[in-house]
Amino acid sequence: MAVTILIPSALQAYADNQGEVQVQASNVGEALQALTEAYPGLRKHLYNEQGRLRSFVNVYLGEEDTRYLQGLETPVKDGDTLMIVPSIAGGSPAVAEEVALDNEEILRYSRHLILPDVAMEGQLKLKAAKVLCVGAGGLGSPLALYLAAAGVGTIGLVDFDVVDLTNLQRQVLYTTTDVGRPKLEVAKERLQAMNPHIEIRTYETRLTRDNALDILADYDIVVDGTDNFATRYLVNDACVLLGKPNVYGSIFRFEGQASVFYAKEGPCYRCLYPEPPPPGLVPSCAEGGVLGVLPGVVGTIQAMETIKLILGKGEPLIGRLLLFNALKMQFRELKLRKNPNCPVCGERPIIRELIDYDEFCGVRGVEEAPAEVVEEITPTELKRRLDAGENIFLLDVREPVEWQICRLDGAVLMPMNTVPARMHELDSAKEMVVYCRSGKRSAQIVAFLKAAGFRKVKNLRGGILQWSDEVDPTVPKY
Amino acid sequence: MLSISPEQASQIRQHAKQEYPHECCGAFLGRVVGEDVRWVEEVVPITNEQAENRERRFLITPQQMMALERTAAQKGLKVLGFYHSHPDHPARPSDYDRENALPWYSYLIISVQKGKPAEMHCWRLLDDRSDFEREQMQIRALEMR
Repeated sequence: MAVTILIPSALQAYADNQGEVQVQASNVGEALQALTEAYPGLRKHLYNEQGRLRSFVNVYLGEEDTRYLQGLETPVKDGDTLMIVPSIAGGSPAVAEEVALDNEEILRYSRHLILPDVAMEGQLKLKAAKVLCVGAGGLGSPLALYLAAAGVGTIGLVDFDVVDLTNLQRQVLYTTTDVGRPKLEVAKERLQAMNPHIEIRTYETRLTRDNALDILADYDIVVDGTDNFATRYLVNDACVLLGKPNVYGSIFRFEGQASVFYAKEGPCYRCLYPEPPPPGLVPSCAEGGVLGVLPGVVGTIQAMETIKLILGKGEPLIGRLLLFNALKMQFRELKLRKNPNCPVCGERPIIRELIDYDEFCGVRGVEEAPAEVVEEITPTELKRRLDAGENIFLLDVREPVEWQICRLDGAVLMPMNTVPARMHELDSAKEMVVYCRSGKRSAQIVAFLKAAGFRKVKNLRGGILQWSDEVDPTVPKY
Repeated sequence: MLSISPEQASQIRQHAKQEYPHECCGAFLGRVVGEDVRWVEEVVPITNEQAENRERRFLITPQQMMALERTAAQKGLKVLGFYHSHPDHPARPSDYDRENALPWYSYLIISVQKGKPAEMHCWRLLDDRSDFEREQMQIRALEMR
């Protein structure tokens, strides 16, 4: 079939200065093939090194872009006219373009450079990449360490905590001498010492609806290493609004999850969990405990996914939820689907800007309410009255594992969720002080007992922690 | 050599400043005079159709290209090349520019530093696509009509 191809003026010099060329072909691919066989000079401008049409080369059949027909397979009829229309693109260097490795870096990354799927091209991509880690705790520690070691050129860290002794069981960025120092100050030192060729940017703040878009906007990939639902939804929504991939990980006790939420190519966190669980239903690590190695496993999975996204290699965890059970040493995988009715990434999104995530997750309700309504006693006052020989019943509402760590002399253990069933064991005529680790759970029990008719019941303010501070430092904090 | 008038030069500067921190883009319509002088008759600003990342990317779509060719043909002119800005980057082509460039066209790049238009240079893609070479640019002092 005889087909006419219109050549744009910029390329006419490569086709004997002709504006149109006749070729014999039955589809678009054959037509271009015939054209470049007749005029080999055109080849390098139309096709890239891999033999694919360059991204700026568009072939139109009449008014239709053949890319939206059947591409190179689009059939052509006798007398059809194909038009090669360039799109003009360009831009300033900000990606892999101006970066280069010096000799020391070449040596440092040599095990990457000899790896075919990374090589120089990939290492330069890593160097040009900007990754934001939200949270520099259990997940953020191994994540940031590996990203820094791998040579990710710009790593942003968001956290506002100071290093606490309880962190050291799993947060491997920090050491004993760092206790009391701001996490980000330590993290920057450590990461920079490990790899001086990269840039560490720190944001010592809580991520909020007001600052999230500004902070995230600068980065190519966001990694979620947060420990609470409000921030997790915030990170998700901000990533969807900005069109960035969100490398997700979460941990609890012996189990972990990981996925890549990238609304452009798959589901987001809200497709999986449209709403947060009721406050208090899912305990945090501080309340439920976590095996210290677990965030190491999940955080390194996040690091691996991040690096794969940067390199553009392999199959990312997009649309897949990886479930890890450390006790069984089992990985399982769930297929995730994009929810067409997702409130943020669906077909008709109702969330078009960031919302109040504390309110959405019901955080304020739980934290403030009990503190106000419950009658309290301070550890110092309790100690004074016990020493004075007063007969006060001490009720410990913690879990048995906590009881094994420490307890107050003379206390009786009744884990909080057994209290309703065992309430008859308690004497409502007696003075009673209820305690837990921090005073939070015991406040709920005090409120519960008051409602059940107990009059002489008080909450121990600040729980075991404050008792250790004020009264008896030999009682360990945990 | 690309030859533009002082008015056209300031039009480009103005456009680059106005779009900062995004990249601006546009086209040159004109004639090829003598050996290889590209006499710009008209500077046409074009909306940067890049969906995101307009701080460091610009895109002129095939539809805009076709419209541009039509306009040029109606006026008896040729599309001679394009201009775009590099916000907070020097006025030299990036690798991305090179990968996306066509031969023959003149590519003018204007650097905008912290919102202020800075130097502009003109470039042409080498035939083997390996690099750009500087194209001479003339800002003509007098309109010769």
